Amino acid sequence: MKILVPVKRVVDYNVKVRVAADGSGVETQGLKMSLNPFDEIAVEEAIRLREKGVATEVVVVTIGVQAAQDILRTSMAMGADRAILVKTDDTLEPRAVANALKAIVEREQPGLVCMGKQAIDDDMNATGQILAAKLGWPQGTFASAVSVADGRIEVSREIDGGTEVVSLALPAVVTADLRLNEPRYASLPNIMKARKKPLETLEAADLGVDLASRLTVVSVAEPAERKEGIKLGSAAELVEKLKTEAKVI
Amino acid sequence: MTALVLLEVENGEVRQASRSALTAATRFGDVDAIVFGEGASAAAALPGIKRVLSVPGLATDLAEPAADLLASIAKDYSHIVASASASGKNILPRLAGLLDVQPIPDVVEIKDAETFVRPIYAGNALATVRSSDAIKILTVRGSSFDPAPKDGGSAPVETLDAPVSEKSVFVKVELSASDRPELEAARVVISGGKGMKDAANFKLLEPIADKLNAAIGASRSAVDSGFAPNEMQVGQTGKIVAPELYIAVGLSGAIQHLAGMKDSRVIVAINTDPEAPIFRVADYGIVGDLFEVLPALEKAL
Repeated sequence: MKILVPVKRVVDYNVKVRVAADGSGVETQGLKMSLNPFDEIAVEEAIRLREKGVATEVVVVTIGVQAAQDILRTSMAMGADRAILVKTDDTLEPRAVANALKAIVEREQPGLVCMGKQAIDDDMNATGQILAAKLGWPQGTFASAVSVADGRIEVSREIDGGTEVVSLALPAVVTADLRLNEPRYASLPNIMKARKKPLETLEAADLGVDLASRLTVVSVAEPAERKEGIKLGSAAELVEKLKTEAKVI
Repeated sequence: MTALVLLEVENGEVRQASRSALTAATRFGDVDAIVFGEGASAAAALPGIKRVLSVPGLATDLAEPAADLLASIAKDYSHIVASASASGKNILPRLAGLLDVQPIPDVVEIKDAETFVRPIYAGNALATVRSSDAIKILTVRGSSFDPAPKDGGSAPVETLDAPVSEKSVFVKVELSASDRPELEAARVVISGGKGMKDAANFKLLEPIADKLNAAIGASRSAVDSGFAPNEMQVGQTGKIVAPELYIAVGLSGAIQHLAGMKDSRVIVAINTDPEAPIFRVADYGIVGDLFEVLPALEKAL
């Protein structure tokens, strides 16, 4: 079985972004960019499934700018076998990304699509679900554990009050949550090896799918800042303040 | 215009976050509600609902049949709304995929019928977006809309048949047993971070939570380190809370965590590091060792 892992290049999770002065968006120029952390977990899980003998090949794909090939190399240094860059300079919404991914799925015919549950830039948490719907495949979102047997995948899902387990007929889409695994670090020899692994580049426009946006960004603003409060000397003083000043207990 | 709101019922009651979603949905005009599984009568008792569509044959979290059913009735609605819960985030984007709509997740403010505000970059920016889709599909943050009352309505209930799900099968659910209020609904939340040092120390939060009738939360790094289960996670990738009082214990205040709690009315921070970012959003801070401060706090309450 082949596993397709869609990945996204995002502002590194340790970097605090700034809103552009004209309110048109967020300043990302010159910021450190990384593989989206949830996608990194998805790459790791796909590699583990190959190492267990469940999968035979792990293909990573990203829809993005030319520079996004760095996260494809990172994924291959972790252990992915090959990569596809679907090049576009436009910022695509999840619906459009899902349309592009659907075209790649039809070309690659994977038995499983494993991807992060959300990208930490737009925080949409939607691409996996939209892709699954468009393919007519079942979905296992927010996965904390997976196991494959007899043409099905059992997915433990993080839900509000605990964990839910579903069994899905393959092919399926699984989206990775935090506890699915702890991604490995790429070793230096593997980073060198990844440079020689195949990376194919396609033009997004050549896929012949609808990449239009349905949302117009009217404005982007800074959230209201909280005022820094006061430091207190003791728990007793805190309780006093909470009772008499904040009147919250 | 008529909106359809997806309501989640738990233990015979409509979840608070769903009642907030109802409040949001009423902004668009008439409201129909849909309930998967049992619980239509609890939904019918909420005020402001024209009719309740009941699908007793469907477990809420199986997205495939739920989205199929919603897609089959979607054309009657201008907006389809759910709370930004695990269930809402599972089902509604799939529905959007079926209808070829771009969903709008985590709405915190409704400007008008097609314009919405939602946080991006872990809440470090607020984007106002306008949707050109004929049907708007949105999930809303419970913390941003007042929950509708639990009673005062008497909507008629219509029962719908559940579509068959062949590709996905529900196996089991394991819910954490807890007598405490739900994180998103609690008036007081006390959360532990990596400073708690291990899972056993999380017990130190319990007597305080008991006294304040508080829910217990955790930071992502505490969850990552195995100190607490994921369903306790507060933050960008966990639950979003805005209680009256939020007490952050041994928790540095990474941007991912602040994303989940900075709209709380009063924030208290207890941390040994006076430079910890959590103090920048806290109304009251105690710089000190949590293992000394917590017992003292319990005594003072």
